[in-house]
Amino acid sequence: MSRAAIVTREISPALLIAEVKSPEFGAISVFAGTVRETNDGRSVSAIDYSAYTLMAEAELERILAETAEEFGVSAIVVEHRVGPLALGDVSVAIVAAHAHRAPALDATRFVIEEIKKRVPIWKREHYADGSREWVDPTQATGVAR
Amino acid sequence: MSTVTVQLFASYAETLGGTTLEIPLAAGSTVGDLVLSIRSLPGAYALPESLRVAVNRKFASLDQVVDSRDEVALIPPVAGG
Repeated sequence: MSRAAIVTREISPALLIAEVKSPEFGAISVFAGTVRETNDGRSVSAIDYSAYTLMAEAELERILAETAEEFGVSAIVVEHRVGPLALGDVSVAIVAAHAHRAPALDATRFVIEEIKKRVPIWKREHYADGSREWVDPTQATGVAR
Repeated sequence: MSTVTVQLFASYAETLGGTTLEIPLAAGSTVGDLVLSIRSLPGAYALPESLRVAVNRKFASLDQVVDSRDEVALIPPVAGG
């Protein structure tokens, strides 16, 4: 089974694990992205995420189809949250299950990297000084992304 | 001549002052033609040099033909994750 969704509620990685869990698998890989307190040296106080939801879900489905083809991982769920998020909140979670660990780990890595390149989701960061800005990774000055 | 509705999101909605654009296009026009029309709008100077367009919820190439029945969107640099 695979499932992709844009959600407006809290993401529970534990529920996603329960969704893919099966005795046929020996590995479940979990990636959770969370809201960090700094970006490019600025102090972040909160983030608003927004999406072109219908396309974002379609693009996530295409990424999951590619993941099945590339890594043989078809038990995988991904949720991305939109709306106002606080520091430490889970913004995205990817949970992949496979008989063996390597494909499960590779699948979660592949999905998050593709999300960052092609899923129409945007974030506006609120900074400690009261200002706010849309994040444009193509203009970022930071080294590690 | 038909009119294509273009959805705008995030920074582009702010730059262009709304969540949709109505762009008149001649029959047989392409995504490239649409981009040229958008670039002639007031405020469009603030858009980046490279624009990504989605047609029917998929990224489209500049030579793809568009008409009024298509769901068209201008996609700002994505920042999910």
